[in-house]
Amino acid sequence: MSLLELQDVEVAYGDLPALRGVSLGVEEGETLSVVGANGAGKTTMLRAISGLLRPRAGRILLDGARLDRMPSHVIVARGVVQVPEGRKIFPGLTVKENLELGSYVAAARAHRPQSLERVLGLFPRLAERQRQAAGTMSGGEQQMLAIGRALMARPRILMLDEPSLGLAPIIVQEIFRIIAEINRLGTTVLLVEQNTRQALSLSRRGYVLENGRIALEGTGAELLGNEHVRRAYLGM
Amino acid sequence: MTLLEVDGLVKRFGGLQAVGGLDLRVDAGEIVGLIGPNGAGKTTVFHLIAGFHAPTSGAIRFKGASIVGLKPHAICRRGLARTFQIVQPFAGLSTLDNVMVGAFNRVADVAAARGRAIEIIELVGLGGKRDVPARTLTLADRKRLEMARGLATGPELLLLDEVMSGLNPTEIDEIVALIRRVHATGVSLLIIEHVMQAIMALSHRLVVLHHGEKLAEGRPAEVARDRRVIEAYLGEEVSS
Repeated sequence: MSLLELQDVEVAYGDLPALRGVSLGVEEGETLSVVGANGAGKTTMLRAISGLLRPRAGRILLDGARLDRMPSHVIVARGVVQVPEGRKIFPGLTVKENLELGSYVAAARAHRPQSLERVLGLFPRLAERQRQAAGTMSGGEQQMLAIGRALMARPRILMLDEPSLGLAPIIVQEIFRIIAEINRLGTTVLLVEQNTRQALSLSRRGYVLENGRIALEGTGAELLGNEHVRRAYLGM
Repeated sequence: MTLLEVDGLVKRFGGLQAVGGLDLRVDAGEIVGLIGPNGAGKTTVFHLIAGFHAPTSGAIRFKGASIVGLKPHAICRRGLARTFQIVQPFAGLSTLDNVMVGAFNRVADVAAARGRAIEIIELVGLGGKRDVPARTLTLADRKRLEMARGLATGPELLLLDEVMSGLNPTEIDEIVALIRRVHATGVSLLIIEHVMQAIMALSHRLVVLHHGEKLAEGRPAEVARDRRVIEAYLGEEVSS
């Protein structure tokens, strides 16, 4: 059984369908990428898993238990945590306060000191800047904070929505290295990216989402070699 | 001919120096890439040039005349337009109406603005989406719309702020082709971009900004080999 499973999930915005029956499974311990064009439904899928959108049909299961009727904070408490696109940190709060808010749910709060130590170990730059207002940091540092905040919730599955967005090449490399490290330390990763090449290189498996449907599925290497993927998403 | 000339540009926000004595020029017909780490001051430089911030000190001349102290719309009317990193079209207006808003910078007549907007919408490849509300456009199309709004103001120099961010490589190739088409119509460009493949291919010259100062400048191939640029910005994977 997959750790996280989507079964024929449909989501619509009013009359406009965004997911048209998506089925996929995330296996415990893997890094899985979902790639696809803008507007394909990738963010919608993450938001549905997080409970921020309600599916019109289909089921979302974590360890066999239905998530798709739970409120978001309960989903977070169960260990499914999203790093939103565009970071969405609290700019006026300090780095440390942002991190502490990541462990707001009771289950995570009990482990706050250990989680904080772990996150600051993973992100030395955040450790140096604990008392700085988060909004004054660079884009790369804010992305690290957004990931660190999510880790404070002690996720079983970390879902990242375009973590490389708007970042300098050297920072993108660092972010991808950190994601690999987080996975190596035992957290399952579900990654949504426009940076198709780096995402698929990092992932054991990937799905290609097109127009709200899964168009392709394979190992990272298979998809990188796939003629359609190369033409449509890699610019080759 | 020098179109844009920036000398000793400084911008301080309280105690924070965002731009520290930058010299920069763009010649007519040129495409110049402005790159650098997040927080290097690139967008601040755009704000200063386009009149959204007043410089602490330094000179900015466009076509030989100082534009320091002019309001953004006045700078725009002289032929210097910019786009924004976070695209914010009028969501409820159609593509056409959004672009017409830009065209009114040059023409007061509705029919003329409409004609101009239609031409530009064709140029950027949004012809099929002319009458749909901007809110229904995908991100890639909203980036095209953002360029169209800038172009509608009739610029000689267009500043593009990360028009490729958030796009996949195939969408990026389409934007690169669009920028080449725009350049072919006689518009010079100053471009902020992190997408290395694209900015290397497009730029005649690259300027690398780091901590508000110029770290390097030169032809793309030279800059990409520069040790300091690799350490501050590119990292080993991109440069190798």
